[in-house]
Amino acid sequence: MTDGQNDRSLEKYRRMQRIRQFEDLAEAIHAQGEIPGALHTYAGQEASGVGACMALNTEDYMVGTHRSHGHPIAKGAKLRPLMAELLGKATGICKGKGGSMHLSDFSVGSLGETSIVGSGVPVAAGAALGSKMQGNGRVALCFFGDGATNEGAFHEGLNIAAIWKLPAIFVCENNGYAVSTPASVAVPVKDIAERAKAYGMPSIIVDGQDVDAVEAAVAEAVERARTGGGPTFVETKTYRYADHAVNMGRILLDRGAEVDEWRERDPLKLYRAKLIAAGTAADLLDRIEKEVADEVADALQFARDSAYPTQEEAFDDVFVDRLPIPDFIKA
Amino acid sequence: MAKVTFLEAIRQAQMEEMTRDERVFIMGEDIICNVFGTTTGFVDAFGTERVRDTPISENGFIGAAAGASMVGMRPIVDATISSFLYPAMDQIMSIIAKSRYIYGGQARLPLVIRSCLFYGNSNAAQHSDRNYSMFMNVPGLKIMVPSTAYDMKGMLKAAVRDDDPVLCFEDSTCWTSKSDMPDDPDFLIPLGKGDIKREGTDLSIIAIGGGVPLALKAAATLAKEGISAEVVDPRSLVPLDKEIILRSVRKTGRAITVDPAHQSCSAGSEIAALIAEHAFDSLRGPVLRIATAETHVPFSPPIEKALYPSAERIIAAARRLVGAREAVDA
Repeated sequence: MTDGQNDRSLEKYRRMQRIRQFEDLAEAIHAQGEIPGALHTYAGQEASGVGACMALNTEDYMVGTHRSHGHPIAKGAKLRPLMAELLGKATGICKGKGGSMHLSDFSVGSLGETSIVGSGVPVAAGAALGSKMQGNGRVALCFFGDGATNEGAFHEGLNIAAIWKLPAIFVCENNGYAVSTPASVAVPVKDIAERAKAYGMPSIIVDGQDVDAVEAAVAEAVERARTGGGPTFVETKTYRYADHAVNMGRILLDRGAEVDEWRERDPLKLYRAKLIAAGTAADLLDRIEKEVADEVADALQFARDSAYPTQEEAFDDVFVDRLPIPDFIKA
Repeated sequence: MAKVTFLEAIRQAQMEEMTRDERVFIMGEDIICNVFGTTTGFVDAFGTERVRDTPISENGFIGAAAGASMVGMRPIVDATISSFLYPAMDQIMSIIAKSRYIYGGQARLPLVIRSCLFYGNSNAAQHSDRNYSMFMNVPGLKIMVPSTAYDMKGMLKAAVRDDDPVLCFEDSTCWTSKSDMPDDPDFLIPLGKGDIKREGTDLSIIAIGGGVPLALKAAATLAKEGISAEVVDPRSLVPLDKEIILRSVRKTGRAITVDPAHQSCSAGSEIAALIAEHAFDSLRGPVLRIATAETHVPFSPPIEKALYPSAERIIAAARRLVGAREAVDA
C-alpha cells in the first residue's frame, strides 16, 4: 500500500498517463511534420487498454489494431522504441518498417497491431490454439473496434475459438464510430456483445472509462480461459476524442457536444478522483504525471537522436534471410 | 526405394514431418475423412488434437494457422482446392506475407498452405484456377509448384522445416505420376533449386507444374524430328532459380515458357521477361509463352481442354522457333 492505494492502482494510473502523454506529444510533433504518415490516436480509450492488459501476465499474448499506440504501452512496453518507430527510425520497435499503425512489442506478448480491420481476430484465435496445444497456460487477448465486428474475419475467428474452446478473450473497444460511420447505423444490435451469443460465448459489457471495471471484467474472462472454460467476449463502452486519424476532420461528422460530454468522463480524470477519494495524496499522482512527462520527453529525445534505417534494410525481414539488393539500390 | 504416387508423396512428407517434430500439425476442411488420400491413417497416428477438421471458413482457419505459427507451432493447412484461397486473401496477403516485415522481424511464421490446382475436369471456372502467379506479386510468400512425386516429397518436407510461410500448389494433372522415392527421412529438396528434367541443345522449354509432363512429351516428339529440347522445371517460383533458366537459355539460344496459368502476369511471363532482360544476347528468336487462353474456364467438355497448354502447342511453337527466320508469334 502506498498512501492509501496499492502499487497496482498507481501502475494503472501510470500506464494511462503514459498513453495520454505519449500521444499528446506525438500529435503535436505530427502537426509539425516530424511524424510521417497517418496518426490514429487512442486518447479517450486508455482505461479500456490498460484495464484489459493489467488482467494479463507479461507472457500472455495480445493482438491489436491500427490504433496501436495504447495497447503495447498498456501491456508494459518501453516508450523509447515506440516513439522511435513513429519517427521511422532504425531503433523503432519495428525498425522503421511499421510506423504508427503497427507499434507492436513482441517482448511484452504483442503479436501484432494490424491495420486491416478485423484481421487480428483469427490470429488471436490461432495464438490461443497454439497455447492450448502447448499446454503453457497462456491466453490470447484480441482488441478490435465496433467496426471490426461487421467483418467476416471477426465471425470466423470467434467461431473457431468457440468450437475449440480456446483460451481467448475478445475485447471490443466500442468507441462508437468506424472511421466516420456511427455504430448505430452499421450494427443492428444495441450492444455488440449480443453478437457473442451466436457462438455460445459468454459476454460482459463494461464501462470502458473505468479502468478497475475493465480489469475486473477481463480478469473474469482470463480466469475462464486459463481453466479450460473457453473464450469470452468483453465489450468496453468507450470513446475516442480525435477524428479517425488526426487532422482528418474534413471527412468526419460534426460530433457536436458529444466529445465534450465524453471528456467529462475522461478515464484519467475519473481515476485520479477515485484514487484521491480513496486516500491517495494528490502530490503522489502529480509526481507520477511528472515522471511520465520525463519518460515521454526522453523517448522523443532518443527517437530524434536515432538514425534512420539504411536503404538496404528495406530488404530485411521479408523472409528470414535478407532478399538480394537490386543494383539500382546499391548504386 | 519404392515407387510412389504424387499424392502418396504428400502423405509421406506430412507423416514423416509430424513424426519428427511435435510442433507440426495439420488443419483444414475434411482432413479426417481425407478427401484426396493425403492424410490416410493420421488420426490413428496423431489424434484429433494434431489432425484438425475446421469449419468452412478459410480466412478464419488460415488466419488461425498464422497465429499458431507466431507462437511456435508449425501448421500445415490443407485448403483443398486453390480457388478456396480467395476467401482467405486478407489473411494470406495482409497477415501471413507481411507480418514479419511490418513488425521489423519480430514475427516468424513457419507455416505451409497446401492447395491443389484442380483443372481440366469440367469443374467450371470457380474450381479450375491455376493461381500461383497471383501470389508471386506480393513479397513474403514462398511458392512451390512441383511436377513429380519425388520433387513433391522433398520440397514439402523442406517447406515444413522452412521458417518462412510457403504456399504449396499441387497440380492435379500430376497426381497419378509415380517416382522412385528415397527412404531417407531427411530427404529434402531446397526451395529455390530448379531441375533439368531433360537435357537438350536447340531450345529451352521452361515449364511449370503440369506443364512439365507436357514439355517432356513434346520434347520426345521433337527429338524424332532432330530438334533437341531441354526441359527446365523451376519447381519453386519464389524463390526462383534464375541461374538454371538463364544458363539453359544461354546454351540453347531459344526459349519457350509453358505455364498452366492465364497468360497475363503469369509465372511464364515473368520468366520470359527475365530471359529477355538477362540473356537477350543469346537469343536467336523471341521468347514464346504457352499459357492458358485468357478466358474463364468453361464447364462444357469439348471447349475446355483446348484452352490449356498442350504438347501440340509446344511442338508447334518449337518448330516455328527453331525454323524461324521471320517474326514468330505463339
